[in-house]
Amino acid sequence: MIAEAGLAALWLGAALCVLQLVVAILVVRGDETANGLVRPVAAAQAVLTCLAFGLLILLFVRVDLSVLLVAENDHSEKPFLYRFAGAWGNHEGSMLMWVSILAVAGAAVALLEKRLEERTLIATLGGQAAIGIGFYAFPLFASNPFARLNPSPAEGQGLNPLLQDPGLAFHPPTLYLGYVGLSIAFSFAIGALVTRDVGPAFARAMRPWVLGAWIFLTLGITAGSYWAYYELGWGGWWFWDPVENASLMPWLAATALLHSVTVLATRDGLRAWTVMLAVVAFSMSMIGTFLVRSGILTSVHAFAVDPRRGSFLLALLALYIGGALALFALRVGTVREGSRFDAVSREGALVLNNLLLTVVLGIVLVGTLYPLIAEALSGAKISVGPPYFNSAAGPLALILVAVMGAGPMMRWRREELGVIARRMAPATALVVFALVAVKLVLPPMGLLPFLGLALAFGVALASVAPLWGRNLRRTPLFTYGMVIAHLGIAVSLMGMACDSAFTREKLVAVAVGDSVPVGPFTVKLASVAPNFGENWESMQASLEIRRGNGAMFVLEPQARAYWSPPTETGESAISTRLDGQLYTVLGKQNDDGRWQLRLWWKPFVTFIWLGGALVAIGGALALLGRILRDVRAKKREHEAAYA
Amino acid sequence: MKRAVLLWAPLALFILLATFMVLKLRNPGDQTIPSKMVNTPVPEFALPAAADGLPGVSSAALAGKGPHLVNIFASWCVPCAAEAPQLKAIAEAGVPIVGIAIRDRRPDLAEFLGRYGNPFRAIGADDQSKVQLALGSSGVPESFVIDGKGVIRLQKIGPINPDDVASIIAAVQAAQ
Repeated sequence: MIAEAGLAALWLGAALCVLQLVVAILVVRGDETANGLVRPVAAAQAVLTCLAFGLLILLFVRVDLSVLLVAENDHSEKPFLYRFAGAWGNHEGSMLMWVSILAVAGAAVALLEKRLEERTLIATLGGQAAIGIGFYAFPLFASNPFARLNPSPAEGQGLNPLLQDPGLAFHPPTLYLGYVGLSIAFSFAIGALVTRDVGPAFARAMRPWVLGAWIFLTLGITAGSYWAYYELGWGGWWFWDPVENASLMPWLAATALLHSVTVLATRDGLRAWTVMLAVVAFSMSMIGTFLVRSGILTSVHAFAVDPRRGSFLLALLALYIGGALALFALRVGTVREGSRFDAVSREGALVLNNLLLTVVLGIVLVGTLYPLIAEALSGAKISVGPPYFNSAAGPLALILVAVMGAGPMMRWRREELGVIARRMAPATALVVFALVAVKLVLPPMGLLPFLGLALAFGVALASVAPLWGRNLRRTPLFTYGMVIAHLGIAVSLMGMACDSAFTREKLVAVAVGDSVPVGPFTVKLASVAPNFGENWESMQASLEIRRGNGAMFVLEPQARAYWSPPTETGESAISTRLDGQLYTVLGKQNDDGRWQLRLWWKPFVTFIWLGGALVAIGGALALLGRILRDVRAKKREHEAAYA
Repeated sequence: MKRAVLLWAPLALFILLATFMVLKLRNPGDQTIPSKMVNTPVPEFALPAAADGLPGVSSAALAGKGPHLVNIFASWCVPCAAEAPQLKAIAEAGVPIVGIAIRDRRPDLAEFLGRYGNPFRAIGADDQSKVQLALGSSGVPESFVIDGKGVIRLQKIGPINPDDVASIIAAVQAAQ
């Protein structure tokens, strides 16, 4: 019954979505009578999709094995959290979740957005409905999450044990919130192109959505990177895997958009470019999803791979991106040019930021697609890895970070080179000092980590510079947001540079009782004993560790075997210090009875994710600051109207 | 004119990319990742018998007796039941098949063999997945063609489908 009700709610939601598109088209073409219908329809649609998704979660929690999707992905012995999260840990459920978030976001625009001109807003909601229809078609026609299974099996087929992790349970929703936020920015761009209303009001309406999407993408990437780091047991934090790139590309585009939308909102410049970026940002999230789900790229992460789904996604992709780009080409010529500005100005720095981000985006896209293109042209199976990405994108990223340090110190429209040089002097001096100090004091390292480390210090200083000489209590919240986000980038860069420069690695086979030095630590393998969990068994090592002559502490890495489905994984054990992490992995037992141990001492590696968190917090503060300012402005308007 | 070219360029680029992807989807490249285990000798192991009336399996027993098909399976694995008729056909073609039962229980295994038939000359009990992992196998079912010298010649990941039977038999004959 529950499954049928869920499917019915989904169909009703889809019908309302079609209605929303039709009404929006009528209104944009000049039919005023239907004007009041769009907003309630958008709200009702959101309620129905949430109902459908809620019912799917209920089926998973109750382990209703008569539903095919539940039988394939659930298991009665699975802990509650993973039964719950299992609802979206698969292709069908994740598409339903996507549709629900999309509908909720559409409803939020319909109910909350008041600044935009009415026709542009309704065109935006029409665009949102057009995207929605495509994604409803997915669960309704191609992969029904509520399909029954007859006869129902006695037990479900479990969930990939690698995916049984609290971090991962919330990783996809975070990324989806980001992608859907970008779809709203995309719809705003469509709405503005349809009514030729590209200006500061449009930018201000779009900005919170871009900012919100960007916060979630930042969180998603940071959490995903940490998850890969501790779960995969390779000690690395970024692998340039297609799936990681699929989440990085929309983030790069969203970062560029976030900055260009500020130029449009504040200075009415970069009109066509901002619209283009809004289209590109959402396109990147769709292309990323397509690459991952269609299986045309081979990836260790690739899941739910099915060529038919690929064709479906590709058709949507062609329709939306192709349509938007055609609309762009037709309409943008008629959009008035925005305000002009000098090359040396805050706008100029933001344009440079945009160009660099776009080039880095291009590098990542080319690197991700290159194995495909090479196989098509020469039949060779190659994989493009860190050597390409690091050497191509790394230097540009460093320049980008340097520009990030300078940009906020410049004034809008026009800035004197001499003035900016004087303002940059402390940070520049710190970079030079750091370069010399690192070269003289620290062990030799590669060029990129060397430059990165020195630059990180200077940029950390430069990023707080916008607060100097200001009344800190009167500084708007979004300025604090920017400062913290930029500081986060510097902190993250510091972590990356330290990790690649100072990591100490040991791969050894040791007998029980033996000791191994790694970095400042001495690690003794005290014992190895079997251990059992809810759905796994493992060999668990007990490592007695001392730092110098300090107190002894114990880490217990495991070599785990899950039995449904049978999979072997290494559970790393990590000790987090103020100045880094000690990372331990237990491998197999050799024939002579010794155990393989992999040990890493990674100084300041935590800064990578700490920086990511700071960036997200900065984004959240900026968003809060914008919202508070809007609320206050509205209040003042209200009071003025009744005074 | 120049501006118009610039405005249409993104769409042109995208159409190019989309066309390429359509071609790629219609004609997906060879997705198989070559096995690292092929052309390496079978790791040394000795497993006790898993079923009454059949011997266990050891790497020493495999060497020097002509090519074998080693099938990694389990009674609790549904695709293993699905590949049983194919294994039977391969056994009837004269290929000696030895099984390695992963984390299985004796009564379950006996019932499995009774229900789906027994194509195996010997079955070893791998209760800790140790041999499975040493063979570079990550799941059940998987099959390995091993030549008379104890060198792995083919690793088949996943169940043997009816289409695969001929190529598996050919691979065993080629390993003579």
